[in-house]
Amino acid sequence: MNMCAALMLFQHAYDPQAPVHGAPWLWFSIIKILVVFTVLMVTIAYLTLAERKISAWIQDRHGPNRVGPRGLAQPLADGLKNIMKEETYPSAAYSPLFILAPVMSFIPALITFAVIPFAAPLPTRWGLVDMSIADLPVGFLYILAIASLGVYGIVLAGWSSNNKYALLGGLRSSAQMVSYEVSMGLAVVSVLLLSGNVSLSSIVSSQVKTGWYFFPLLIGFFLFLVAAFAETNRLPFDLPEAESELIAGYHTEYSSMKFSMFFIAEYSNMTTASALLTTLFFGGWAVPFWTTVNTAPWHWWKTVITLVCFMLKTGFFLFLYMWIRWTLPRFRYDQLMSVGWKVMLPIALAYLVVMAGAVLALDAAGIAPTARLGGFLPTYWTLLGVLNIVLAVLVFVVLDRGRLVSPASARVGPVELAELRAMSTRRPAPVQGD
Amino acid sequence: MAIQVKVLERPIRQTSYVRAMLKGMAITFKHLTNPHKVTWQYPEQKWDLSPRWRGTHRMLTDENGKAKCVACGLCPQICPANCIKLVPGEDEEGNRYPLVYEIDEFRCIFCGYCQEVCPEEAIHVGRHYENSEYSRAGFVYDLERLTAQTHPVCEMWDPADPRGE
Repeated sequence: MNMCAALMLFQHAYDPQAPVHGAPWLWFSIIKILVVFTVLMVTIAYLTLAERKISAWIQDRHGPNRVGPRGLAQPLADGLKNIMKEETYPSAAYSPLFILAPVMSFIPALITFAVIPFAAPLPTRWGLVDMSIADLPVGFLYILAIASLGVYGIVLAGWSSNNKYALLGGLRSSAQMVSYEVSMGLAVVSVLLLSGNVSLSSIVSSQVKTGWYFFPLLIGFFLFLVAAFAETNRLPFDLPEAESELIAGYHTEYSSMKFSMFFIAEYSNMTTASALLTTLFFGGWAVPFWTTVNTAPWHWWKTVITLVCFMLKTGFFLFLYMWIRWTLPRFRYDQLMSVGWKVMLPIALAYLVVMAGAVLALDAAGIAPTARLGGFLPTYWTLLGVLNIVLAVLVFVVLDRGRLVSPASARVGPVELAELRAMSTRRPAPVQGD
Repeated sequence: MAIQVKVLERPIRQTSYVRAMLKGMAITFKHLTNPHKVTWQYPEQKWDLSPRWRGTHRMLTDENGKAKCVACGLCPQICPANCIKLVPGEDEEGNRYPLVYEIDEFRCIFCGYCQEVCPEEAIHVGRHYENSEYSRAGFVYDLERLTAQTHPVCEMWDPADPRGE
């Protein structure tokens, strides 16, 4: 009997299409943690180079090209420099929190990546290995929870530095991140409505079945995109840093590796946000128009292809981040708040209601999410997409009437206008030295 | 009460954020893909100096390899920065020559008066600018070093050809 049980266990353990479990699961998790951490850190290092290169190209310059071939060793040189630099401790700073703050922004930034599925499952001798560090059933909720911890690092850095600029940066970042988290969460609820599950791997697999969500959730995608920019403190939402007003905001007083940790946190937040945009709206690791590679039975080449696909999609959003950073100027603080609370939040709320109604109506009409219009286009997807395009046109026409970011003025009536014009013609231009 | 800044109301096409943003992104993308970059790759790629560029000095020599300078003393006289040190000497035939001739390049303002005033066309400012040193003393060029320079010399402004053509 014992032998029979052992044989069953043996057979079960060696089925490459069943999820891996037991001791191999532990070993695979450790390997995945090490590999993902390393790859993420190297990616972040090279993102700093990419940022400098893209900024240079946009400004018609060459960018760093002296260290190594075409400047490719620049991140190594930067890292070495940051490690060798002196650690400064301002005498007025509150040391325990001053030291803790970079760690508190660094850790949440890195661990949010743990739940993101980055490739199709890999079959091994010990069973099917999920290509995410931990495919938590609460998936997206975990990301919302951990990502909002990141603000503590910034606020504590700003407060413990005992510097007025740093404090202003910290205050701004807390206000900004709290404001935009609301619309970010609401924008994602519409994704959850369609997928019916918060686990990221099931969001991906339902997108494989029904088509990518960026089209049926177009406005949700834009809301999430804007909120993701605000959450990662990137331009045009980089008020916590604001070099021109606050020197460097919350990390003014930091030097050496502690400064570097804020930097790594920013770039890893960026990577996570790009990976999330990919996972929630662009089918995650799914390859477009190639069903074989996206579905079981799994094979190692499917894992490789989907990994490349995921990297390309995430890379595109990372490029979008940089492209926007080097195009747009920073918002004023009141504009930031009014966009967050007066534009994003009402739109997100209204959109959620409309989408919930639409999904309910489609379900009542008996249209299954997998049904296809004329055997090709998914019906559900197409109908919601058309609805979204109509809504998007409405929203952008309304927003585009000079209201999205208001001009810095009270309205000037025709009487005042005439008066101002008369004034400018009456009074000649001042002569220099007058 | 909060301060209100009055700005004239502008037409919608000037105030719209979305439209302006898309336009801006198109412009930056155009520059991103544009292969023409304005940066000069300095040590490898150098600017063509003007023929009137006034840089590092050079003392010209005669056919015997001796400096043309006759130690007349005009250049230290005219030098506004007072950077030329000249001690004249005289040989047994009565020819004057500089015993000491030093130019402090660190102090020099490269006005080129020394070249203009020189009756023998001996001292020149040159078309050369890379003269960094590790010490201040290294900037004091003596006669040997001035004669050893090989760079082309400056063509001074010519009233007959004011545009240098």
